Amino acid sequence: MPLTLRQAAIALGLALFLAVPLLAEAGASPALLGLANRILIYAIAAVSLDLIIGYGAMVSFGHAMFFGLGGYVVGIVAYHTFGGEPLLGRSGSNAALLVWPLALAACALLAVLVGGLALRTSGVQFIMITLAFAQMVFFVLVSLQSYGGDDGLMLERRNMLPFIDISKPTTFYYLCLALLVIWTVLCSFIVNSRFGLILQALRQSERRAVNLGIRPFPFRLAAFVISAVGTGLAGVLWANYARFVTPDMAAWSKSGEFMAIVVLGGLGTLLGPIAGTAVFIALEQLLSIWTEHWMIVMGPILTLIALFGQRGIAGRVFGGRRD
Amino acid sequence: MILLIEQLLNGLQYGAMLFMLASGLTLIFGIMGVINLTHGCFYMVGAYCAAFVVLQTGSFLLGALAALAGAGLYAVAVELAVVQWLYRRDHLYQVLATLGLILFTNEAVSLIFGRRPPLMDIPPFLQGSVPVLPGLEYPVIRLAFIGMGALVALGLWLLVNHSRVGMLVRAGADDREMVSALGIDIRRLYTLVFGLGGVLCGLAGVMAAPLLAIEIGMGERVLITTFVVIVIGGVGSVRGALVGALLVGMVDSLGRAYIPQLLQLSLPPSVADTLGAGLVSASIYVLMALVLLVRPLGLLPARS
Amino acid sequence: MTETTPAATPILSIVQLRKSFGALVATDDVSLDVMPGELHALIGPNGAGKSTLITQICGEIRPSAGRILFEGRDVTRLPAPARARLGLGRTFQITQLCNDFTAIENVLLSIEARHGGSFDMVFNPRRNRASMALAESWLEQVGLAGRGERPVSSLAHGERRQLEIAVALAREPRLLLLDEPMAGMGPEESAALTRLLLGLKGRYGILLVEHDMDAVFALADRISVLVYGRVVFTGGVDAVRDHPEVRAAYLGDAQPC
Repeated sequence: MPLTLRQAAIALGLALFLAVPLLAEAGASPALLGLANRILIYAIAAVSLDLIIGYGAMVSFGHAMFFGLGGYVVGIVAYHTFGGEPLLGRSGSNAALLVWPLALAACALLAVLVGGLALRTSGVQFIMITLAFAQMVFFVLVSLQSYGGDDGLMLERRNMLPFIDISKPTTFYYLCLALLVIWTVLCSFIVNSRFGLILQALRQSERRAVNLGIRPFPFRLAAFVISAVGTGLAGVLWANYARFVTPDMAAWSKSGEFMAIVVLGGLGTLLGPIAGTAVFIALEQLLSIWTEHWMIVMGPILTLIALFGQRGIAGRVFGGRRD
Repeated sequence: MILLIEQLLNGLQYGAMLFMLASGLTLIFGIMGVINLTHGCFYMVGAYCAAFVVLQTGSFLLGALAALAGAGLYAVAVELAVVQWLYRRDHLYQVLATLGLILFTNEAVSLIFGRRPPLMDIPPFLQGSVPVLPGLEYPVIRLAFIGMGALVALGLWLLVNHSRVGMLVRAGADDREMVSALGIDIRRLYTLVFGLGGVLCGLAGVMAAPLLAIEIGMGERVLITTFVVIVIGGVGSVRGALVGALLVGMVDSLGRAYIPQLLQLSLPPSVADTLGAGLVSASIYVLMALVLLVRPLGLLPARS
Repeated sequence: MTETTPAATPILSIVQLRKSFGALVATDDVSLDVMPGELHALIGPNGAGKSTLITQICGEIRPSAGRILFEGRDVTRLPAPARARLGLGRTFQITQLCNDFTAIENVLLSIEARHGGSFDMVFNPRRNRASMALAESWLEQVGLAGRGERPVSSLAHGERRQLEIAVALAREPRLLLLDEPMAGMGPEESAALTRLLLGLKGRYGILLVEHDMDAVFALADRISVLVYGRVVFTGGVDAVRDHPEVRAAYLGDAQPC
């Protein structure tokens, strides 16, 4: 039964993620918690990207711009909170409930702009335009001399949430896990909804959908914005996790990494990209321990994923989109 | 006035280099429907080969030949090993596969040639400046670059309008029946076009080597600008690539010269400098956005 | 049923429609009407411009000149989705379905599309009994009862053509454009589809493009003949059968013109 297999996979995955802090405390490896936390954060971005690539066939090669922007909003506000002079007469705030929505709103705004333009085209133009906009964001971040330019910004400390103390690694880890679960559930609601049905129909036969009275643009734009907000959330969490943001967060290679993760996990499965993230990040970690020239192995692995990994991890386990 | 003319020449020179890269990329896309991110790598390989051979032999000519051969052969190898399996696949997989190749190439080049960026001098016969106008001396090598760009444009025009390969480009490519009706071995043709694209990248690489820094990552930076060029010009169209390359070249070099000046008129210098640098880098993307607002398929799309 | 009173407003009225691609005139001053409840067949040899005409009526391409009226309202400048929302439904010559979806999901899409601008991200139509029952009833109508959970990719060609019609019907249009619904079908499948269309007749205005002359003669109230982008004749079934110019131009038992 495919359904029970799927449920078993979810339960197993969740149990593993829940157990990581216990394992780390039990002395398995102090680096384990950090590794798992990075996986959780990247997985939020991967699920978001799957929403538009897997379900909407919008191949965004610039999603790192939202990752970077989300992170930088947190970084810049923190800079003005601790030490830096006030911005426009206001000093910053360290309240997550203030800063995080601000960061997500910034991502949504950027997505409306970029999506509004990029969705006038499709196919290869769409890919290149999203890439070009991400480069623009990248260069703007590099040119922000007062915020560190090339070198980026250090954050004095993590944002504050009421009731829980996320400066503790374990607490922060569980927060990321909770957000990943919530976000994935939200996304799966979206893809199964009326909106999701139409979004997927536009991927498969735009002509059919248009002749049923559907205007493609608003649906695609909405999906693009939702996806950008999710990726921005990952950026926000990353800034808090690493307490360090750099323009590299918005680099084109980061966008490529997100795409690779989604394909590796399985397009149009939502859960697949989470598995894809785990495999990808773990592999990256192992290779970089093994040799400093790990890219020479990682590169061909990406190429092989593209050549042979049509259905991804999830596609093989519990069926996904058929290409 | 002199400054303006000098900037226009700079724009022309940058445009010529972009055209050498963009024409190959757009041909590859137009004929085979493949997005090839490795294109920037061919350029980097060309520059490294040139610098290496010049360092060993002291001969610029041998260096140039090595660049063309190195970039061309690498392109053919990439086509045979990877890209030929991607022709019928979704763009997503093409992007991903060639992205992997970029990572591989960058690491391989740094392993082979070392991490320290090689230097390459301007060859003696291209050194110095000549007066182009009273009061304006312009470097010979940049003029050579412009001339070479014009030659490439002419050559491609002949190729596209007066050869069988060109018929395919003009017909719009994917039509396999027509291709076989012409009696062309399509596999060989694809490899050939790929190789040609590589050679053009090598040419750009050898011209750029004495002017720009030769380093890992130089390929991606120029690749993304090249994308902007072909999106502006219209993907798949060589004429579009020419127009796009010149536009981008001009906007970039005029922006570099005038945007900071204009900003300093109204803003304090410290703000103007930072903002200026950001705006200059962003100017070609703004140009692209404007073009797309008016013409979503670019200025001269291959197929209407 | 065959004759409509001249006073009624046509549901679709095409006036002097013209479309040229460069020197080629694909639609050459075409005028025709479809009355409410009428089945108007459009026949003509390959390349006569039938598909070009259909794509102009549904709004995928703009005519060079002329007007298209839907229920008396000028829709010439409206984009395709807006026309569909007014009640213009169609099927395609080459099946346009969502191939990753199941049959019933395709019908659900059509039902949900009636809420055109709705961005409802919670309502799950597959879990909604009323939506599912409605979709199932459309499948039954076209003879696909019990096939709902089959993926489109596993359906036979004929079944896909039936599904196409179910998808168009579920949108609850008032006018149906059927672009060669019998294309690629065997005689038995064609006969079954003819029976299905007979059942629909009278409930919708239908413009039927079809090559299968048995089906056309069995179904049509009026027939228009399109040759080289022009309507050369419009009339009842018998008149078309006997018309010399039509026989010459299309039915093919005299010299081609």
